[in-house]
Amino acid sequence: MRIIFTATGPDWDALIDPRFGRTDYILLYDEEKDELSSIDNREIMEVAHGAGPKTAQKIHELNPDVLITGNGPGGNAASILGQMKIKIYIKAGGKSIRDAYNSFKNNELILGG
Amino acid sequence: MRVAIASGKGGTGKTTLAVNLATKAAETKSTVLVDLDVEEPNGALFIGGTPIAEHNAKRAIPNWDNVQCTLCGKCTSWCKFNALLKLGEMILVMPNLCHSCFACSELCPVDALPMQDESLGRISHFRKDKLDFVESRLDIGLEQASPLIGQTLSYIDSHLPGRELQILDSPPGTACAMVSAVKNADYVILISEPTPFGLHDLRLAVETIRQLKIPFGVVINRDGIGNDDIYQYLADEEIKLIAKIPHLRRIAELYSQGAMLYQEVPQFDAALTKILNTILESL
Amino acid sequence: MKEIVIISGKGGTGKSSICAALADLLQEDLVVADCDVDAADLHLILSPQASSSEDFYSGLIASIDPDKCINCGICKTACRFDAIELINDQHIVSGLDCEGCGYCYHVCPQEAISLEEQKVGQFMISETRFGCDLVHAHLGIGADNSGKLVAKVKSIAKDHGKKLNKNLLLVDGSPGIGCPVISSLSGADYVIYVTEASLSGLSDLQRVHELVAKFQVPGACIVNKADINPTVADKIHRFLTREKILHVGDIPYSEDFPKAISMGRTLIEENSEWWTPVFTKIWQAIKEKI
Repeated sequence: MRIIFTATGPDWDALIDPRFGRTDYILLYDEEKDELSSIDNREIMEVAHGAGPKTAQKIHELNPDVLITGNGPGGNAASILGQMKIKIYIKAGGKSIRDAYNSFKNNELILGG
Repeated sequence: MRVAIASGKGGTGKTTLAVNLATKAAETKSTVLVDLDVEEPNGALFIGGTPIAEHNAKRAIPNWDNVQCTLCGKCTSWCKFNALLKLGEMILVMPNLCHSCFACSELCPVDALPMQDESLGRISHFRKDKLDFVESRLDIGLEQASPLIGQTLSYIDSHLPGRELQILDSPPGTACAMVSAVKNADYVILISEPTPFGLHDLRLAVETIRQLKIPFGVVINRDGIGNDDIYQYLADEEIKLIAKIPHLRRIAELYSQGAMLYQEVPQFDAALTKILNTILESL
Repeated sequence: MKEIVIISGKGGTGKSSICAALADLLQEDLVVADCDVDAADLHLILSPQASSSEDFYSGLIASIDPDKCINCGICKTACRFDAIELINDQHIVSGLDCEGCGYCYHVCPQEAISLEEQKVGQFMISETRFGCDLVHAHLGIGADNSGKLVAKVKSIAKDHGKKLNKNLLLVDGSPGIGCPVISSLSGADYVIYVTEASLSGLSDLQRVHELVAKFQVPGACIVNKADINPTVADKIHRFLTREKILHVGDIPYSEDFPKAISMGRTLIEENSEWWTPVFTKIWQAIKEKI
């Protein structure tokens, strides 16, 4: 599975960024290849309106199966994510990426979006 | 004559004043009250009235024609509002972010983004005794109030022509929604309260109205709750103080019930008389 | 760091006074962010001393170079916002009407139009007399608040708070239901609704709650001026129960609100005997939930 995390930093020790649209980093964990890669999303700070859709577009290009985030996407972003075959898990805000991933594997996260 | 009632901040009594002023004015002049606070219209809570007509306001939004489109993606870079996204083999339009500028539609080399009408909000016309009341409500999730405000004013001109007095309850603040409501008014009444908040926000409102070059005057609400700084400011700036409405708990109670204040509180009625005289003099 | 956002659908409910009182109660343990940028009033109570400030740019504005312009008028025809006028034989863009869409820029045959980032205000980090810092912004007239500005204010507040090891970010939220509110709410752990016992207070509470519910953020509600209309206050209470919002307090109509503001004081400074217990109780109830 390909799993996306909204994150405060580019590695496993970073925390889940509770925001979706304005998240600082987008992390992708490819389970098959056991590879973690990251995209610096901080240019989104310059976007006045429509941050959510822009971030959703970046995620779309990564072809993910799962999104793990904090509060979840706002309305505009949600409609874009809805076009993708992606499962969204929320309420992971504040956990480290590692912990969030483990919680996901143990079915402890809430399905949202 | 078009009179706008505005304030720098919310909660200063703008809608209360607009509703009471319009109801009193309607006793002697043909009047229409227009609620332009399209994100949170509250006027109807006070007026009620019989429904006369409803108009679905529309705005133009680009629609993607997947047959014509070559997926060049230029439209996504033209749009300054991030309302167009390229997702794989699709162009997605985000209607909530679109400002209806027509740029993408008219610049597209293969005409793959024809503009179509979509719902913007609702303009509702009510009648209560002698008063016409028009309320405009923006669809939830939409942000741009200005287009609906502009359409509502055009609706008034075409569907309720010949009214002697149009009283516009403007959105609070000094951002573009307020400017859209106020810019074509003949006179603006700014309402504020004699506190540091009230003075601070009144200054911003005054700056805005002065830039629009529209004659205006100030009504002070809840006189007595704060200090005199705001009166000093008005004197220093040579701004007309039209009337003061005293701070009375009775007013707050009546307001919370949606009652018509000027019929119950003589001081309020006296203030309205002063305001109406000022408006008619400025004609 | 926990993030609590205080919101109310309508103005005049006492949101900023309540936010200031909580800051006073909690003293140094927090950072405060004023995201109610269109009507940034919190600083009038907190009297912050600015320690740093930065210009804020957002949105574009078109500008026509009269030396290159041949007055063909194509831009005026293209502009859907009536922002271009012919004044004294020269086409000029009106700043207040220009939406920054860039259409004129694209169609000008002489490339005489440029788009510039607009300076719309400034944001500041300031110290307050309570020991907590305030991050706030000031917008120029006609300028709109935006998700961007709110996000910027919050992110600066968060970074600042982390540096100082604070555990709490208290956000005075934006009004309405658009992008600024969404941005105010997007990182929130908890929401405090401030409303008043009036018909419009109830109606605006319902509208804003609809938005919060999408984020599934838990919340509590303070009903201000509760004794003005017990019938409506009751309706509000029932709404809170139905929506599982914690009802943390009814505040009776009090002259202390306007009095305190007019003196540039918090409610607690104005009348500590009365207000300290009120806010202590409110805070205890909320603390348990976060």
